[in-house]
Amino acid sequence: MSHESTLTKLRERFGTDGFQTSEFRDNFRVIVKVEKVFETLKFLKESCGFNMLAELTAADYLYYPNARDRYGVIYGLTNTVTGERLFVKTFVNDPDPVLPSCFPIWKAADWLEREVFDMYGIVFEGHPDLRRILLPEEFTSFPLRKDYPLRGLGERHNFPAIPRAES
Amino acid sequence: MAMRPNENFLISKLDWLASIVRANSLWPMPFATACCGIELMATASSRYDLARFGAEVMRFSPRQCDLMIVAGRVVMKMVPVLQRIWLQMPEPKWCISMGACASSGGVFDAYATVQGIDRFIPVDAYVPGCPPRPEQLIQSIIDLQDRIKKTGTLMAKEFEQRTEPDRPKTIALQMAPTERVVAPGDFQTSTRAWEEKKT
Repeated sequence: MSHESTLTKLRERFGTDGFQTSEFRDNFRVIVKVEKVFETLKFLKESCGFNMLAELTAADYLYYPNARDRYGVIYGLTNTVTGERLFVKTFVNDPDPVLPSCFPIWKAADWLEREVFDMYGIVFEGHPDLRRILLPEEFTSFPLRKDYPLRGLGERHNFPAIPRAES
Repeated sequence: MAMRPNENFLISKLDWLASIVRANSLWPMPFATACCGIELMATASSRYDLARFGAEVMRFSPRQCDLMIVAGRVVMKMVPVLQRIWLQMPEPKWCISMGACASSGGVFDAYATVQGIDRFIPVDAYVPGCPPRPEQLIQSIIDLQDRIKKTGTLMAKEFEQRTEPDRPKTIALQMAPTERVVAPGDFQTSTRAWEEKKT
């Protein structure tokens, strides 16, 4: 599927150096800086017809060859009228990985952003209720970060055992 | 002339009588979280027919059951629920850990998966397999019935001796010198590995 009309509109609005693009098979990405991500997403919804946030996920690029940033946040957008799919990608870095929440644009971002926060500790500013969604409330680490050990930090053992005589 | 007792009574121990009644009327509580649960359903179905052994009355309320069958992997978020359900079951009660995941964590050696439910609740029988065949589960129920008949008491006194958790002793104590503990974690949280034997 051609993304020419979308790209033309984006170039008109943000200029040719406002974003980068890359492509892998049928996966077309628009890479923007974190300061511009909210503006770009809002423009894509309001002027380019991407009315559905199909997915929102993240990736940790620690130990990744030639990576310059720590976390990538990926928005998968769909235009439900034309069927066009577009991925918007942005990068955040470690001391405090923060980016604006896109909950005001798509209500679907509510749980998706909570999941990314749960697994990576990336904070979405402006999210109405940013707390853990899958892991227990008392969990303190972010398990999909690459520096988190596979077997955990002992979380799976921190419960009292019930001996048979006491139950 | 000696007195002949009436033929319609017999003398026995109450322990024996209670145990044989309990063993032949086990009410399982299916705690099925994964694919072992499907095997558990098959075991209760007409083809394998758990009713032949008097353990077919599956109830989904722990208050009506006396045999908990934990079928499938248990994540650490589920442990408080598992313990609560176990505590809600009336005495006397037994627990079968069905399948590799419930018994040892199976292939899921990750941060969220409990490495064997016997670390947190008492277990009476383990069923190996991934998932076990219905025959294996039936065999474990037969073994459990056998054990109840042999050791059961009316007031469930046999459980009073089990004051320690049923989990394995610390891995380091079981290990031969040729084995080593893999990081991360100490000897309780880590998994053991075997060094290749040098001939």
